[in-house]
Amino acid sequence: MVREVSESCLDSVIREMVSCYCNVFYAHKPDLAARRIEAIGYQLGFQLSERYTMERPPFNDNLEAIKFICKDFWSNLFKKQIDNLRTNHRGTFVLQDNKFRWLTRMSIDSSADNGSSVEDNSAPAAENKTAHAISMHLYFPCGIIRGALSNLGIPCAVSADISNLPACSFVISIKA
Amino acid sequence: MAPVAPRSGDAIFANVERVNAELFTLTYGAIVRQLLTDLEEVDEVNKQLDQMGYNIGIRLIDEFLAKSNVSRCVDFRETTDVIAKVGFKMFLGVTASVANWDADGTCCSIILEDNPLVDFVELPDNCQGLYYCNILSGVIRGALEMVSMKTEVTWIRDVLRGDDAFELQVKLLKQVPEEYPYKDDE
Repeated sequence: MVREVSESCLDSVIREMVSCYCNVFYAHKPDLAARRIEAIGYQLGFQLSERYTMERPPFNDNLEAIKFICKDFWSNLFKKQIDNLRTNHRGTFVLQDNKFRWLTRMSIDSSADNGSSVEDNSAPAAENKTAHAISMHLYFPCGIIRGALSNLGIPCAVSADISNLPACSFVISIKA
Repeated sequence: MAPVAPRSGDAIFANVERVNAELFTLTYGAIVRQLLTDLEEVDEVNKQLDQMGYNIGIRLIDEFLAKSNVSRCVDFRETTDVIAKVGFKMFLGVTASVANWDADGTCCSIILEDNPLVDFVELPDNCQGLYYCNILSGVIRGALEMVSMKTEVTWIRDVLRGDDAFELQVKLLKQVPEEYPYKDDE
């Protein structure tokens, strides 16, 4: 029997962790907050991938490992697989989740812009604020993916793209 | 007599969205580990975990009331019973028990024998002062404050410190009289 807890427990601690780093510890240093949030994700991803791969043979190549992230790993975390996987065959992989579970729990202003242009002036627009809040939350899953792959011997950088919400793409760049 | 609250949270737990406990446990563990790195002092980590729990509790109470369908508790005794039997079950999937009441019924212990937060956890020597599960005491304090009960919640026993169970002492400090929003009716 698999032990379970209510999903709101997990949602609550993650939300509280992000808010603690963004609003209490590093209220004026979003870069540092982001790094810490990513580090927590990394630690989690590293441990999870260790556990999820315990009883399977090692992966033959990077693509096989990425497919494992898209299928088994993602299902264990989010009860669904990644919807679309693209690659340029030169070490960059784009994993798109059409309805990323952790974003469906956030109230998102429908007018929210794509967050690519966060202009930091004295009166930041509300949508920029929203995009900023979302991007802070996304450092956590980015860290999870980086940690998971790192455990599989694949050092990489991971970023998130939310230009077409509620879909979310994770861009993995494997270091040569 | 007021309608009796559900005696256990089993049915509610069966109906909420659930996740693998391991995912939750490791997430919490990763957070505590990072807090230890960033705050350095174990006491500061204890404080921060309690504060995070409090913030969670003041929101979680809404979900609890919405889903549990419990009616107003007649006294503090019933309140703690509902926390142990319904609250813990509904969120963590485990049941706690209530014991060690004081004479005037304002202080008791919630005892947890099975605690998913500590699966895989062992405290290293330099973290002996850590109340690893301090988030739980914060949650209870926060949630109770939202239903007008000021409490003090402290750890009496902790398995990670070598005890045989987790024991949280909940002490009712003050029951704030409810203020009805009469203004709405004016």
